[in-house]
Amino acid sequence: MSFQHQHAAHCESGVISSLLRHHGVPMTETLAFGLSAALSFAYLPFIKVSGQPLIAYRMPPRGIIKGLLAPLAARFRFETFHTPQAGQKRLDDLLAGGQIVGLQTSVYWLPYFPPDMRFHFNAHNLLVYGKEGDDYLVSDPVFEDPVRCASADLSRARFAKGLLAPKGLLYYPTAIGCMSVTPAAVRAAIRKNCRTMLGLVPIEGVRGMRLLASKVQRLPGNDPQSADFIGHIVRMQEEIGTGGAGFRFIYAAFLQEAAQLAELPSLARFSERLTTIGDGWRALALKAARMVKRREPLDPPAIAAKLREQAAHEEAFFRDLKAAVR
Amino acid sequence: MDIEAVPQEGNATLGSLRKATYARDANGRMVIVPSRGWEAEEIVTSHAVEAFHAQAEAARERVTAGLASPLEYWMYARRMDVTLLSQTSGFWQWRVKRHLQPKGFAKLSPKQLERYAQALGLSLAALEQLP
Repeated sequence: MSFQHQHAAHCESGVISSLLRHHGVPMTETLAFGLSAALSFAYLPFIKVSGQPLIAYRMPPRGIIKGLLAPLAARFRFETFHTPQAGQKRLDDLLAGGQIVGLQTSVYWLPYFPPDMRFHFNAHNLLVYGKEGDDYLVSDPVFEDPVRCASADLSRARFAKGLLAPKGLLYYPTAIGCMSVTPAAVRAAIRKNCRTMLGLVPIEGVRGMRLLASKVQRLPGNDPQSADFIGHIVRMQEEIGTGGAGFRFIYAAFLQEAAQLAELPSLARFSERLTTIGDGWRALALKAARMVKRREPLDPPAIAAKLREQAAHEEAFFRDLKAAVR
Repeated sequence: MDIEAVPQEGNATLGSLRKATYARDANGRMVIVPSRGWEAEEIVTSHAVEAFHAQAEAARERVTAGLASPLEYWMYARRMDVTLLSQTSGFWQWRVKRHLQPKGFAKLSPKQLERYAQALGLSLAALEQLP
């Protein structure tokens, strides 16, 4: 079967859904995202990315792939390498054997990315489905069409160093036990996601948002670093492929799918409600960006208030959702 | 967000890339809509790019004034900081900091220079001067 590229919002859910579809599982990006309970919010002030704290709107890298293993009774092989040579040889061997291979890479060293988007972010995912001469045929889900990448460049991106260094990670399925998704698995995934969002860990979920709000509240309004910090929040929410509103729209799309799959028509209303919450995140992003650009005066307490408002909406939302799937 | 609200503002930082965004169609179904980007994203991305650019240009001035080595310019030009350059090159951070000084840089052996050139994706000749 020839490989079909599909444009997706997020790299990991895009890669894994394409890979599963190739192996005959009817899987969409949104279902992959929801079924692995990947929606989250996390504020990790002690992990710095280019000097800024880590802020994430989803579970950590590889969470989506690993979260799908149980519901699909699937097994994946994950391999890392000590040297780029070994990594490239293994990739070539797998491709020669007809395998489609998922890779973790840095974004910075991929020449086909727009220059302004090339940052040292090491947890990008893409698929390689062939090789022609020195070029790998790459299905990068955040691009509309397949792209090509020279072997030296791809190797460099696979063996970039730093936070979340990929170490040449490649992966492919070895067994898929279950070709369809059961209603029970969908319900379990939604319950799990509610637990993540409403949990007791102070840096995660709704509590993480409030912690971030209190940090923003204390930022001095006249310091350029405050603008950097607020800009950083927006980048984590919008710039790095999230499908808009920090994955809230993806999850809303999943809830719509889940309404049918889990035979719970009430989930369609939750999808509507989460879309509205997502619109609130977009409004926050726009307001914050305008402050960064000084089109509006920098007002950290106003951003903090908006964050608390979003936290309140999401807390109520996930409480009701939890009750609905019980 | 409805399909009509999906921004198509031609965000300059995206180049020719269109991003997949999820939005509601006329029947209320969530579908993928390619977006040319919007103001909010363009502002924060270019803000981050400019921060690196400003650091590189400040380093360029220090190099010309003899206060820093070209390594400092290249580190920022490659959007890195001392931590990342240390991880990529394999030199400890205190050594990297020393090599950012003209005196420390002058003492590097060809082999050590090669390590930095590798880490930054440069030729040896390029590493030793400003572009």
